[in-house]
Amino acid sequence: MVRATNMANPILQVENLVKRYGDVEAVRGVSFNVEEGEVFGLLGPNGAGKTTTVEILEGLRDPDGGRVSVCGLNPQRESEALKHEIGAALQSTSLPDKLRVMEALRLFASFYKRGRKPEELLKRFGLEEKRNTFYNQLSGGQKQRLALAMALVNDPKVVFLDEPTAGLDPQVRREIYDVIEELRREKKTILMTTHYIEEAERLCDRVAIVDFGKVIALGTPRELKAHSGGATRIEVCLSKPESNGALKNLEGVADAREVDGAYVLHSKRPPQTIVSLVKHLEASGNELVSLEIATPSLEDVFIEMTGRRLRD
Amino acid sequence: MSNFASLTRTRILLALRNKMFFFFSVIFPLGMFFLYAGIFARSNPRAVSYFLGPVIAFNVMGSFWGLSATLVMFREQGILRRFHVTPVTATDMLASSLLANYVLTLPTVSIEVFLARFIFHVPSLGNLFSLAVLVTVGTVSFGSLGLVVASVTNTMQETQVLNQIIWLPLIFLSGATFPLAYLPNSVQHFGLFLPATYLVTALQSALYQSFSVSQLLVQILALATWAVLTFFVAAQLFRWEPEARIPRNAKLWALATALPFLLLGAWENTNGDILKQAQTAFHSLERPANSDQPSRTVQ
Repeated sequence: MVRATNMANPILQVENLVKRYGDVEAVRGVSFNVEEGEVFGLLGPNGAGKTTTVEILEGLRDPDGGRVSVCGLNPQRESEALKHEIGAALQSTSLPDKLRVMEALRLFASFYKRGRKPEELLKRFGLEEKRNTFYNQLSGGQKQRLALAMALVNDPKVVFLDEPTAGLDPQVRREIYDVIEELRREKKTILMTTHYIEEAERLCDRVAIVDFGKVIALGTPRELKAHSGGATRIEVCLSKPESNGALKNLEGVADAREVDGAYVLHSKRPPQTIVSLVKHLEASGNELVSLEIATPSLEDVFIEMTGRRLRD
Repeated sequence: MSNFASLTRTRILLALRNKMFFFFSVIFPLGMFFLYAGIFARSNPRAVSYFLGPVIAFNVMGSFWGLSATLVMFREQGILRRFHVTPVTATDMLASSLLANYVLTLPTVSIEVFLARFIFHVPSLGNLFSLAVLVTVGTVSFGSLGLVVASVTNTMQETQVLNQIIWLPLIFLSGATFPLAYLPNSVQHFGLFLPATYLVTALQSALYQSFSVSQLLVQILALATWAVLTFFVAAQLFRWEPEARIPRNAKLWALATALPFLLLGAWENTNGDILKQAQTAFHSLERPANSDQPSRTVQ
């Protein structure tokens, strides 16, 4: 449905992909295409089958059903040719402790026919000062920047980023976003997986929401949010406890919940809701400690489609 | 630079930065050398010459410890996965670790030979060409054994247990620790089924009795065949992913590596003269040629 006109020659094609581990079906008929120059995100909770899908595309695993093509190649049968065309930052990977940053880049650069200068990548990822640092002495953010630099060492046509910011603190995460945004401006084709809403919304041109091995929604972040008719989230802290029922009866409120001592309201008409909230609190002698308003996010889309939160 | 060459270079670099490597590949073998040359051989040049072969065999066979441990560590930490998304092949990975190990074994062996000649005044170093050939087939074959061990075990603990199980008979029943001819008769015959026995006796014959390559052809060919077979099996069983399961037929493949020496052992036990050679060498040590002290050297 989405952007049907551009689908002439997608650089990445996934059709009805199936993968089983023993009795468990990790991927159950996933389909999507990625255009050249697009940043495409697979968004979903842990265990949704995102990593498995990506690893099949990278040629690391064999599918049990369906068809995939990357740069016109079959990742399983033409894996050698494919590996020259792709770059990857994997999840749960590492480098030898006593390998220096520059040595790692040079070593990996030596594997490819085509490539970028390691020197240039160091500069670009802000690792110049760390060029002679051992891998085990890098911080989490530096390791991740090195992983991204290494994914680009062969100037790949498609870059796979599997949870590029998992386990990093928010500040470092933003650093990584800047780097990915730069790649996006360069029109690199990127397939990334994430379970962070913010990441998908900020970085991806299109997002496939994945749950239990299936794509449950696909489109631009804006389209997805519009489709869901998303309600605005209003989060308030109060000086005295309040019953959920009372809050639910406020104007425009679709639902109200208590989460970690705060109250989360979803409203279709936020201004009216806030006015009636303040009136209600005044009448009951309660006080507003803090108030936060968030525009509908992909998280709300996910909750709506599955009845569960994306991250727990 | 080819993938193989750049990987080899990196592996050498990493080993040189690793303290464990220095302990196991330099300090420990040299410690063994001084233990045998200085204490068991009581610095008697002929006895030092006799024990030099087994000491070098120790060093060469030790290859499989480091190779298995590093490969398993690389797999457990997800380092191999990272190489898997590059054009690097399993053969590149395995062959580069063997070559790196070979390059790193040569200096220690050379130091041992040098010390024997110039500190312990061994009159003749025997046939150095035979020594070079044996050290080559020895490190490659025992290194490949380490790569097979890495592929049939899942965790470092399992690897170390299997290493111990392999290592103990190799060093105690092959003549590496106690001279073969000194062991009980039944053990001597059992030793002929172990690859280590052929490496130990051949190194001893090369250094102590100056055997040429053609006189050691049986041992050299057997070890070379074994090297090719174990490397092939290691490549077949190689796993990039930490969670990848060991193939069901892996144990059979691993057992297949024992085959050449089961056959050779059966033949040597009935027709061969390798045991006789080892006994002759041992007894010649007890009958001193021109030295004044008989050296009853063993513990």
